[in-house]
Amino acid sequence: MKPAPFDYDDPRSVDEAIGLLARYGDECKVLAGGQSLVPLMNFRLARPGRLVDINGIESLGQVKVENGRLLLGAMVRHAQVERSNDIAARWPLLHDAIVWVGHSQIRNRGTVGGSVAHADPAAELPCALAALDAKFHVLSRRGPRVLRWDQIFVSEFTTSLAPDELLTAIEVPPQDPSTGVAFVEFARRHGDFALGGAAVSITLARNGTCSDVAVALLSAGPRPVRAEEAERRLKGGQVDEAAIKQASAAAVQGLHPTSDLHGSREYRVKLLQVMTERALTKAVHLATRRAA
Amino acid sequence: MELHGIGASPLRKEDWPLLRGEGTFIADFKRPGMVHALVVRSPFAHARFRHIDGSAALQARGVIDLITAAELPDRGRPIPTRMFKDEAANRFLQKPLADGEVRYSGEPVALLIAESRYLAEDAAELLSIDYEPLEVVLDPDAGTVAGHLVVERGNIEAAFAQADEVIKEEFRIQRHAATPLETRGLVAEFDAGAQTLTVWGAAKIPHVNRRILAQLLGWEESRIRLVELHVGGGFGARGEFYPEDFLIPFGAMRVGRPVAWIEDREESLRAMNHSREQVHRVELALKADGTFLGLKDTFVNNTGAYVRTHGMTVPGLSISMLPGPYAWPAYRGEYHSVLTNKTPCGTYRSPGRFEVNFVRERLIDIAANRLGIDKVEIRRRNFIHEFPHDTGTLFDEHPVVYDSGDYSLLLDKALEAFDYSGLKRWRAQRSPDGFKRGLGIAFFVEKAGPAEREYARVELTDSGDVTVYTGTVSLGQGMETTLAQVCSTHLGLPFERVTVKHGDTAVIPEGMGSFGSRAAMMGGAAVMGAAVKLRRRLLERAAEELEAAPDDLVLTVDGIAVRGAPSRSVPLPSMSVEDRFVCELLGFPYGIHVAAVEVDTGTGAVGVHRYAVAYDIGRAINPVIVRGQIAGGFAQGLGGVLLEEFAFDANGQPLAASFMDYLLPTSEEVPDIDMLITEDAPSPHNPLGVKGAGEGGTAAVGGAIANAVADALGVEVTQLPLSPKRITELASA
Amino acid sequence: MRKIAVQINGRVVEGEVEPRLLLGDFIRDNAGLTGTHFGCEHGVCGACTVQLDGEPVRSCLMFAVQAHGRRIATVEGMAPSATELHPLQQAFHESHALQCGFCTPGILMTMEAFLRAEPDPSPERIRAALAGNLCRCTGYQNIVTGVRLAADRMK
Repeated sequence: MKPAPFDYDDPRSVDEAIGLLARYGDECKVLAGGQSLVPLMNFRLARPGRLVDINGIESLGQVKVENGRLLLGAMVRHAQVERSNDIAARWPLLHDAIVWVGHSQIRNRGTVGGSVAHADPAAELPCALAALDAKFHVLSRRGPRVLRWDQIFVSEFTTSLAPDELLTAIEVPPQDPSTGVAFVEFARRHGDFALGGAAVSITLARNGTCSDVAVALLSAGPRPVRAEEAERRLKGGQVDEAAIKQASAAAVQGLHPTSDLHGSREYRVKLLQVMTERALTKAVHLATRRAA
Repeated sequence: MELHGIGASPLRKEDWPLLRGEGTFIADFKRPGMVHALVVRSPFAHARFRHIDGSAALQARGVIDLITAAELPDRGRPIPTRMFKDEAANRFLQKPLADGEVRYSGEPVALLIAESRYLAEDAAELLSIDYEPLEVVLDPDAGTVAGHLVVERGNIEAAFAQADEVIKEEFRIQRHAATPLETRGLVAEFDAGAQTLTVWGAAKIPHVNRRILAQLLGWEESRIRLVELHVGGGFGARGEFYPEDFLIPFGAMRVGRPVAWIEDREESLRAMNHSREQVHRVELALKADGTFLGLKDTFVNNTGAYVRTHGMTVPGLSISMLPGPYAWPAYRGEYHSVLTNKTPCGTYRSPGRFEVNFVRERLIDIAANRLGIDKVEIRRRNFIHEFPHDTGTLFDEHPVVYDSGDYSLLLDKALEAFDYSGLKRWRAQRSPDGFKRGLGIAFFVEKAGPAEREYARVELTDSGDVTVYTGTVSLGQGMETTLAQVCSTHLGLPFERVTVKHGDTAVIPEGMGSFGSRAAMMGGAAVMGAAVKLRRRLLERAAEELEAAPDDLVLTVDGIAVRGAPSRSVPLPSMSVEDRFVCELLGFPYGIHVAAVEVDTGTGAVGVHRYAVAYDIGRAINPVIVRGQIAGGFAQGLGGVLLEEFAFDANGQPLAASFMDYLLPTSEEVPDIDMLITEDAPSPHNPLGVKGAGEGGTAAVGGAIANAVADALGVEVTQLPLSPKRITELASA
Repeated sequence: MRKIAVQINGRVVEGEVEPRLLLGDFIRDNAGLTGTHFGCEHGVCGACTVQLDGEPVRSCLMFAVQAHGRRIATVEGMAPSATELHPLQQAFHESHALQCGFCTPGILMTMEAFLRAEPDPSPERIRAALAGNLCRCTGYQNIVTGVRLAADRMK
């Protein structure tokens, strides 16, 4: 289990990096934290001819807050997000999702940009970012682009990034401080990719009705899924146990998660419904406390 | 009790280098000029091939040699079985390399030798082999029979004829395996001048493997030396004679340079012995009051593509240990051990027993449910009370006669120590999380101390240093410490001065190794014998010189003196004494597992609220090490019950081909457990009274957890593993 | 091939390596520090855990070239001398927290950093922090005890 040979560049600036991507395109692959790419290379399931290692680009490793929006550089490590008190306080869903990612050794090295670019439908971060309506800043020699989550995530392990494009930052809009959030998942072992999970963000009006809600599902299809029907049903109404049950049932309508060794499609659909119900219950509980 | 003697728990002698990163595992071991081998493995579960085109690979950078079946003597001689031999199975032995046909994904087809592992992997991609896929057989009921046995005693027909109730059920145990954290590895070096071979990386049974290697090469054993280094866990699978155990020494002879082979995890999961896959169709006859009348079991043991060194060990142990701790007026067992296109099998900690304890203890709970009898009471009512107890079954031709025991006593002690009534109250309360609670109990008998002889030599230097040479080996279990305690106690010199050497055939003339919970029992008895003899000789010799009675002498590291007259002393001489312990009878420790679980029917998760193991092992030489064995054994059992499964797709491709899918339990899945170690029934067959403690932590986890889950869900559990998917299906049934 | 210089346990180790050389192989073969073990080479088992600038990482999931100019700590650097153990090593010894010892170096590297970040952890926190290191022998029970014992002594 040793990787096949490859050429290697370690640019020191974004400009240098996109220059290399423009030059080599399809031949090369960006190496961020490497926590998903390197195992694949060790199995020789991935064998890029060239790696453009962006670990040396300091500007990509910064966490910034601008006009209330969170800007995560692509090379921000999971552990940085996990340890940030500011993120835990202002974007708690992000914090709650990150702690489910692998184990500490993985989070110390793994990056938010790498997680997005890898586009594993079982990965926590893309799901949480879908719930948060994050935006993705992309750069190439051809110029910048800003993508919504449903524009960047295409399908399993596939994004809309062109070979010459580099994901530089993730932008998360400000969150209403009264919002209740929950990230719930179930894996066969803690730290494994989830068999199913849900990210919920819900805001309640003074009269207890739902003023805003986002429900995103993990391991529910080829890319993160926003349960729009469930959101539609919840918005504007009282969020009691019955409403949560109805919304959870609606959330899994028409889903086609993949069967595998660890869970059949039927099992996963049922699990996603349970996860949605638990996440909603938890988030509503928090939102109720915050609204009070 | 002495500070470091038998029954004490001195800190382990093994720990220091391992904690400091100064151990020498096989991958840490290097020889000058060493090159690296890669085993090219079949990607197909069943295929024919005519030609291996290695021309491009041989041209690749750093490649030294490519060995296929055509290069082997006789195109490869079959690797013999070493125990539970069955003549009929000899047709199905594995050869070192496939010759024209591969029968499982992962079967070795060639050996590539290159300057580094990286370069060997590069070259392997250039090999071209003209595989033609053939039909794949995976279903054990459709497999070719490699071994068949019927055991019958008592009148089974009559037993069933007079039954008030007959419980009939089918049970399935999934394929899983030992999976030590260190993969296998070997370094072999051929000395062309002396015409000798040295192989480092031996484990478990170095002397046995030297004999097998000599046999396959057609050599005298004395020309081969096997050396054990640090070993990263064995659990039954590591150290058996595999194809690589021939190929790597053979490769070293071919290329004239030391050859290293370090198995990687991807190949290990396909190449190392699998285990446990069985289907039991079993019937229990009993009276309305719960008295057992008869037990009938027909089972299929899926042994994979070939019969490996263990021969019929796993089905053989299953058939002989199914009766367990209960008195059966009649018993009939029948097995078919069958071949399929999966990785060949061998033993895994508590082989055969993990499987049959699940079957029997689950069956008893089903009967108790049916008859409305308390689950503890139905067991107690049927216990064996007289010892020795001849079960009428055989262990590799030796009669299975339980040596000693008091099952009711252990049950009483366990129920009290684990607060069973408190657990029943907990069981009756509602879980605040809405989980379903269940309580399960499983009783089991283990077996310990196989392979009827063991060697020990104890050497004393005139400075008071003691070296023990043993024919048993270390797999990490702590045998150096344990045997040093035995030596120290019976020789009467300090534990700190005792060093234990093992695993080098050049310095230890014979040995049966470490498996089947035998190191403390057989190795310990031999060390005790040698230590006692050495002490006697020392004292007798000094008695002559000092003109005193041996009983009046005091032995210390400073010399031998007359008691009360330290000036009348003689210095210690250098002296060496050998002993061999021989005993054809096994020890049968026994125990109880108690599980309290909470089942989340929403996710299918099984959470272990409390787990407890009571185990009577006759005598505990080092209680801390014994507890470590039980806790570790339990974790493996739990993995087998909840997580671990070698599943295959319809083409025989392994689905659990990495540690992402073959799920070893982590610290989040394995809870702390309670343990009760008792010494109420020492073995009469060895002077230490020891029974061997290595496997009881694993033995009944299937039975106890499955009983607890069945209790929680109110449905009968008949299949392992208890995966989330299966649990949700059971919960909605 | 690239020339690299990596500071390992305070000593600078230089080498000319292929970019594909895994950091763990560099530590084991070039630096000769074989206490760091490979148990899976795909980032699951944790046996190859080392500290990169003080943080535990999998040395099978990094290339040696990426460690150029960085600080690596391995198990060999833990004990203060040839005759003493680090408090965590000593606590493992006293708690029977290892059997075969193959996973132990990776666990020590993870737990040493963990105790720096959380000097007074509950058993539950220890279990969570330990979950990225597989141990096949001990059932983890004594490892948790050992980490807690070390925490008490290092306060």
